[in-house]
Amino acid sequence: MRLKYVLNEVLVGLWRNVTMTVAMIITMSVSLTMLGASVLLYMQVDQMKNFYYGEIEVSIFLRDDVTEPQRAAIDQAIAANPLVESKQYESKQQAFDKFQVIWRDSPDFIKSVTPDSLPESFRVKLKDPEQYATFADQMRSMQGIQDIVDQRELLKKVFDIFNSIQVMALVVAGVMALAALLLVGNTIQVAAYSKRREVAVMKLVGASNWFIQAPFVLEAVAAGLIGSILGFVFLFVSKVALLDGRLQALTNVLTPIPNGNVWLMLPLLAGVGALVSAVTAWVTLRFYLRV
Amino acid sequence: MIQLENVTKTYPKASRPSLDNVSVGIEKGEFVFFIGPSGSGKSTIIKLLLHEVAPSNGKVVVNTKDVTTLRSWKIPHFRRSIGCVFQDFRLLPNRTAYENVAFALEVIGKTKAVARRVVPEVLELVGLGGKEHRYPHELSGGEQQRVAVARAFVNRPLILLADEPTGNLDPDTSIEIMRLLDRINRTGTTVVMVTHDSNIVNQMRRRVIEIESGRIVRDQARGVYG
Repeated sequence: MRLKYVLNEVLVGLWRNVTMTVAMIITMSVSLTMLGASVLLYMQVDQMKNFYYGEIEVSIFLRDDVTEPQRAAIDQAIAANPLVESKQYESKQQAFDKFQVIWRDSPDFIKSVTPDSLPESFRVKLKDPEQYATFADQMRSMQGIQDIVDQRELLKKVFDIFNSIQVMALVVAGVMALAALLLVGNTIQVAAYSKRREVAVMKLVGASNWFIQAPFVLEAVAAGLIGSILGFVFLFVSKVALLDGRLQALTNVLTPIPNGNVWLMLPLLAGVGALVSAVTAWVTLRFYLRV
Repeated sequence: MIQLENVTKTYPKASRPSLDNVSVGIEKGEFVFFIGPSGSGKSTIIKLLLHEVAPSNGKVVVNTKDVTTLRSWKIPHFRRSIGCVFQDFRLLPNRTAYENVAFALEVIGKTKAVARRVVPEVLELVGLGGKEHRYPHELSGGEQQRVAVARAFVNRPLILLADEPTGNLDPDTSIEIMRLLDRINRTGTTVVMVTHDSNIVNQMRRRVIEIESGRIVRDQARGVYG
């Protein structure tokens, strides 16, 4: 009977102030969508770092006038360096072969280049790609080196863009969350006001605090849960429509977002939505339903 | 049953205490009037007994429990042993007489079956038999107060507190309500009533405690308003 009473109160409560309830659910869902997107992006960047950092190498380009002893000295220095996992020498001819493959669609461009115009290089893979700066400093002083290029520098720009998108999503999530919290607080105040007579009688006859507060808290939790489900649907639809559809090309360059990760957002969003609403409602009640 | 020991209550920002070092004992089954002019502090006594406010100083013991040290989560349960009636009835306007009384039972966890058995009985007791399904606005003031009394009494509390229960009623109706409270008192329930209705006090001839500016100035076993 008590459960039925409480559930009934929740439904009546949500319906009593339906415009406010809808506003609460919408802001909640937008906020949670942003939160979900930023968490997904975070996981994505992490995954991409693992993927690409395993592949990338440091290229040490040699000068055109490099001498045989200089090349041998560099080769030895790389081999002796404890930071290095593996190395590979690439001659001018090999560089030209690769060049021909990469630019096979532009034969005119290939014609203008001879093997001699490309530098020979060492392709070095580091045990820990983060140690690039140390490694470069150690090598730079050697004779015969034209340039040291870290592919990570290029990726870093991509990741920087991702990071700023993520921060932006988090900021939007935070602002929307604040709006959602205020709406939850307001809805609870209105609910408490419209039930003030009942609450006064309940206090008078000694209804327990949880019994008085439960309908209000559950009302907020229900709205939070609906909001989180909507947010999840938003997220899933935009993933399917944008990344799997319109932006397919981009997805091929980036590593794909596994559906499992997206599904993982459902319990996360539901948990955050329900918990935040419950705490807000409870705190609001502490002020408006002095027992 | 009720024991106030050197109780002082000063509300925040008040220049003088509402109750100033008041000590009084009330036995089980007594019927006690607290009288005095407005602002003398008599309503504060009701609030202290319900633990709606805590005393600034001193000790309040109700039903062998020291209310002052009661943990806040125990207050609801404590209040179930006290019934309360007010000048403004405090009924729920969108519920019938029956539902108003049943509500008080249901929110403390009693089943509907219990309510079906107990509520008609107590409505009969207060003289509202046949009017169970009227809404408050369909009842007279006296009848509404009877519903309130029924709600206060339905749990068979040990103590019934009444804060100017006749304040909104005409003299004849007031006397009927007093007869009802007297009947409840005869079942062994301690009744504490705050009033400034001299007529009623003089007719009842019960213990009268007069308060003025927060102090007890008179405590008389079979008193009159004076």
